[in-house]
Amino acid sequence: MFSLTGAQLTIGLLERQAVRTIAGIPGGANLPLYDALSRSTLIRHVLTRHEQGAGFLAQGMARITGRPAVCFATSGPGATNILTAIADAKLDSVPVVCITGQVPRAMIGTDAFQEVDTYGMSIPITKHNFLVRHARDLLHIIPEAFSIAVSGRPGPVLIDIPRDVQLERVDFEHWPEIGEREPSPVHFDADLGVALEMLASARRPILWVGGGVVASGAGAEVLALAERASMPVTSTLMGLTVLPYDHPLNMGMLGMHAQRHTNMALEACDLILAAGVRFDDRATGKVQEFCPQAKVIHIDIDHSELDKLRSASVAILGDVGEVIRALLPRVAQAERQEWLGYIAALKLAFPSCIPEQGGHATPLELIRRVGELAGDGAIVVTDVGKHQMWTAQSYPFTPGTGWLTSGGLGTMGFGLPTAIGAALAEPDRKVLCFSGDGSLLMNIQEMATAAEQGVDVTVILMNNACLGLVHQQQELFFKGNYFSSIYDVNVDFGLIARGFGWKVWDMAGAADPDAVLIEAMGHRGPALVHVPVDRNEKVWPMVPPGAANRTMLGGESHE
Amino acid sequence: MNSSRTVLDVLVKNHPGVMSHVCGLFSRRAFNVEAILCLPLSGGEQSRIWLLVNEDERLEQMIRQMRKLQDVLDVRMKPDAEPTFASLGQVMGG
Repeated sequence: MFSLTGAQLTIGLLERQAVRTIAGIPGGANLPLYDALSRSTLIRHVLTRHEQGAGFLAQGMARITGRPAVCFATSGPGATNILTAIADAKLDSVPVVCITGQVPRAMIGTDAFQEVDTYGMSIPITKHNFLVRHARDLLHIIPEAFSIAVSGRPGPVLIDIPRDVQLERVDFEHWPEIGEREPSPVHFDADLGVALEMLASARRPILWVGGGVVASGAGAEVLALAERASMPVTSTLMGLTVLPYDHPLNMGMLGMHAQRHTNMALEACDLILAAGVRFDDRATGKVQEFCPQAKVIHIDIDHSELDKLRSASVAILGDVGEVIRALLPRVAQAERQEWLGYIAALKLAFPSCIPEQGGHATPLELIRRVGELAGDGAIVVTDVGKHQMWTAQSYPFTPGTGWLTSGGLGTMGFGLPTAIGAALAEPDRKVLCFSGDGSLLMNIQEMATAAEQGVDVTVILMNNACLGLVHQQQELFFKGNYFSSIYDVNVDFGLIARGFGWKVWDMAGAADPDAVLIEAMGHRGPALVHVPVDRNEKVWPMVPPGAANRTMLGGESHE
Repeated sequence: MNSSRTVLDVLVKNHPGVMSHVCGLFSRRAFNVEAILCLPLSGGEQSRIWLLVNEDERLEQMIRQMRKLQDVLDVRMKPDAEPTFASLGQVMGG
């Protein structure tokens, strides 16, 4: 017989789920949980400086390991602060378990101090959520939360625990089973048959890969399929690490900031095999005019993604890795010289803006150079903005690269705390965080967390003293009416970073910029590399929002 | 004007909050629910919700979204339940 409080039971159940690190901030309504956590010999707590930082720190751990990670926040403002990171996890399908404190049961609904309806607010931004009404319910809720977070399409789960439930005593005989991943839905063999026929008869097929392939760990199978069927491959933002960047079949990212030849190849294809993608508008452009000549085979683990935005000729429900493993031995070898020749001609006629080699003259060259120096196996994190798109375009991704970026929600402030989480989960890997001055300021307080934890995170700050992508859109689509996008005060980021205990390197006016970069990246521990960027450096090409992908501005020639 | 309607028969776990989960899916997509009936089933562990909705091309997507909810056990189309709403309308003086 065990006799524990709700708080002790929660910590015990988390230990049994193999949780070893929790990010969070204590407050009135979760102090019993923190008291219990302080007595855990297995779990380390990472104190962040803002609850959003705790949410993203958990995301960093979850995204790099694929296992659920946990964050804590108190009621009221603690909960509202952490919700942005939870919404971000929902849109990018990241398994996070968020545990919030709530006011005591008797005070719920009375506008008590630090009370908000956390349950109600988190419904639309979580995969599932719980309000715990009795401490004994934790025995099934905690394992269920972990199971839900990682089963099928992963996602965040929030558990709201009133303070008096944390203090309520529970007597129980046995610990419950650990919550684990449920088996994936099993695809229909008949669907595979139709897909194989379509593949065999297609003359101009394209394989389109996304975050689902990464989540499924199916990169090797996808590459084998592409090579066997001689299918050129394009990728969403989330799928950039599926193929090596320099693989002959890799056409790079599609959509709003794709290279011209990539979007033009999609315009001409007669079949898309869409694997673990969700037809996001940043990828498809105006969806009614996306790949107008193509039939669609869509593989996804989430039934509601199939036929959501574009009807598929064949919709295959299942784990993308399992489906491709079943397809692979039955796919006919194909040469497709005509189609590959056409794509090669497109590349010649509409050359890429991406430099072949790294350098220091432009953001694209610098990002490529950082990638060359980091080598295979680094973890690359970004914030949101121009630097994010430049990194997506130019970083030399391989299947060994860890790639953590806020794709669906596009949350500025994502980068630094996510990088800290990734570094804590994989302390032996170099963590690079490409950021911008706008994004970095949104969670800059986590520099204190990074210094405290001594994480090996190198922030490469591309500072154009403005909200770059807003500035670009105002120039292109609002007649250059730059409103509220330029900062009047230029922050001295070096001074600030030093104040947090960081090492700082500055590329401004460096006589030997490569030496600066090498020295900074050789440092172990939190480091800032300040890179001044001209405000007029744009992300090219660009499909105007709402336009079809054939409408591309800029990036015609880069010589 | 009177577009064709149907009834969704939704079997759910009975607890506070399940109605918010279901209705949130509809309100978020501005998909009008014309009428709602909800009764606990014997034992009280489960409830049955009937939703009177317009048949439109988004209905299949709504059903798939509902099936994703952890507290939703089953969703079926039940067009023959529509007269129930009509007779209830008389009771409520509509």
